[in-house]
Amino acid sequence: MSGQIELLDRTLAGARTEGRAALVAYLPAGFPTVEGGIEAAKAALEGGADVVEIGLPHSDPVLDGPVIQTADDIALRGGVRIKDVLRTVREAHAATGKPILVMTYWNPVDRYGAERFAAELAEAGGAGCILPDLPVEESEVWRKAAEQHGLATVFVVAPSSRDERLAKITAAGSGFVYAASLMGVTGTRESVGAEAADLVRRTRAQTELPVCVGLGVSDAAQAAEVAGFADGVIVGSAFVKRLLDAPDLERGLAGVRELAADLARGVRR
Amino acid sequence: MSEDFFIPDPEGRVPSAEGYFGRFGGKFIPEALVAAVDEVAVEYDKAKSDPAFAAELNELLVHYTGRPSPLTEVPRFARHAGGARVFLKREDLNHTGSHKINNVLGQALLTKRMGKTRVIAETGAGQHGVATATACALFGLECTIYMGEVDTERQALNVARMRILGAEVIPVKSGSRTLKDAINEAFRDWVANVDRTHYLFGTVAGPHPFPAMVRDFHRVIGVEARRQILERAGRLPDVVAACVGGGSNAIGLFHAFIPDEGVRLLGLEAAGHGVDSGEHAATLTVGEPGILHGSRSYVLQDDEGQITEPYSISAGLDYPGIGPEHAYLKETGRAEYRPVTDDEAMQSLRLLSRTEGIIPAIESAHALAGALQIGRELGEEGLVLVNLSGRGDKDMDTAARYFGLYDEAEGAQR
Repeated sequence: MSGQIELLDRTLAGARTEGRAALVAYLPAGFPTVEGGIEAAKAALEGGADVVEIGLPHSDPVLDGPVIQTADDIALRGGVRIKDVLRTVREAHAATGKPILVMTYWNPVDRYGAERFAAELAEAGGAGCILPDLPVEESEVWRKAAEQHGLATVFVVAPSSRDERLAKITAAGSGFVYAASLMGVTGTRESVGAEAADLVRRTRAQTELPVCVGLGVSDAAQAAEVAGFADGVIVGSAFVKRLLDAPDLERGLAGVRELAADLARGVRR
Repeated sequence: MSEDFFIPDPEGRVPSAEGYFGRFGGKFIPEALVAAVDEVAVEYDKAKSDPAFAAELNELLVHYTGRPSPLTEVPRFARHAGGARVFLKREDLNHTGSHKINNVLGQALLTKRMGKTRVIAETGAGQHGVATATACALFGLECTIYMGEVDTERQALNVARMRILGAEVIPVKSGSRTLKDAINEAFRDWVANVDRTHYLFGTVAGPHPFPAMVRDFHRVIGVEARRQILERAGRLPDVVAACVGGGSNAIGLFHAFIPDEGVRLLGLEAAGHGVDSGEHAATLTVGEPGILHGSRSYVLQDDEGQITEPYSISAGLDYPGIGPEHAYLKETGRAEYRPVTDDEAMQSLRLLSRTEGIIPAIESAHALAGALQIGRELGEEGLVLVNLSGRGDKDMDTAARYFGLYDEAEGAQR
């Protein structure tokens, strides 16, 4: 069974046709529980997210700030396994018909087997994968497997990426380009920074792929600002924080739905 | 003094241009660090062939570090090693008390060449942290050291040393709160502050070029030791032995002996409470290939690629990874690696202290335990060279607790 890369392409193209940016939400699988994580992904999509990235928690999340580290830790202590991550993808996709990607570090995928992981992710209805610690030079094994199974390979670009690197990275990627707007790890910030607009402009000069901006967006005003120059707005830690801060799952899910709706209005301003 | 102490690998066979030692190594880093890591590689390549860099580093290695470090024969200790002759390469006598200063001075000079003003580093036992704080004081660089909270407690003396030297020490409270987590936190800092910050990585792991560069800065250990033992014993040793956590002191000793086919290279890793106990840091004995901290090597991990928490009484060896060149040396059969338990290491620490008046670091005591073992296998004709990578002052609280010395002292006073 082929993965849902075309659904991802259509979804992002559709947002562009509507003259707006897409809203991409990130939520880790297994947090606060496997069932709770599935409900959280659905809540984000029902609230207004166009795409969801499901985090596959890792013991050593070197690119994540304290909020996602805490969530990963809770998920791993709860015993989350790759089969649970795949079930989260399957159920979120089945319930909403929207594109779902997995975001994780390279070692879990490498250890599981790139081919096996790609096949099972496609079978679960996944649309692609983001592996931020797998640079393009080391990515051939993964890209082959992803392509064979109809999955997007989303690469990350950074303000420090020079134009020739942007060309190389975007030529190898598919689905969209993840522009890390600030130099830093994941987490909500007061301001998204002007560097992001410049990075998007330089990336667009190299590729037709949509460019989505992540790292730092936490509210509708920031989402609107980023939507002014990017094809998509990626929000992670702010969603996770809603779940972490809530007194129970029900109110956490309501918070996720509410934030998604708020951000969805932001990207349409 | 015309002697050279900065002696990068003259063969230059490994790693490949992409940083591979066989199938190990590489560069698994986020895009945000690619430019910075490439800059380190380019600057190091330039520095390596720049006589001014070598001259400046040599000057420091002689007049600041105190190189060459002595080679000490330890006959009273060797009686317990089957009668084999045992020599110690005294890296514990370097300024700051361990081999770590060799690499730190090299990278600190590189930091200046790159025009960066801030240095960050991880530390386990605190030896790399102390050496880094020392170099930052010497060169006027801002310094932040990440150290697992467990380690700040068991190596409190070194925390105080770093702070006296003007470094900020940040206890890391995530994960197993040891070296692995300190490295995670240092990487996070680097990603966020890469413009003005150099990550002065302390071992032969991490992304290319760190494994090769850190090795080159430590090659002097083996080059000196090889010359010294030829002078003193009239022949090459049967075995050279060193402890391995990330593997920097071991690669420093081994590297000059790699072409000497008759010399066995023996790495001793921390078996904690035993390799079957689940509480150990015996990465090459028990681990499997995987990716941790930017390169492919052996790692302690579960069946889904989650890194498992290591354990060792020694903070410097308490790490679930290992430098990729060691993985390569193991796979090609050039080096062998054996596990040493906490108990074996602590007995060796006390034995060397009582027979020779030298208190080794607990890390280095793992190598001594290996020497006792291999000496008994070799018998009276054997010749063993051990890297005494650090001194034991920092470990006196751990040792006093382990041997119950505090209770005895209190009892004696009463």
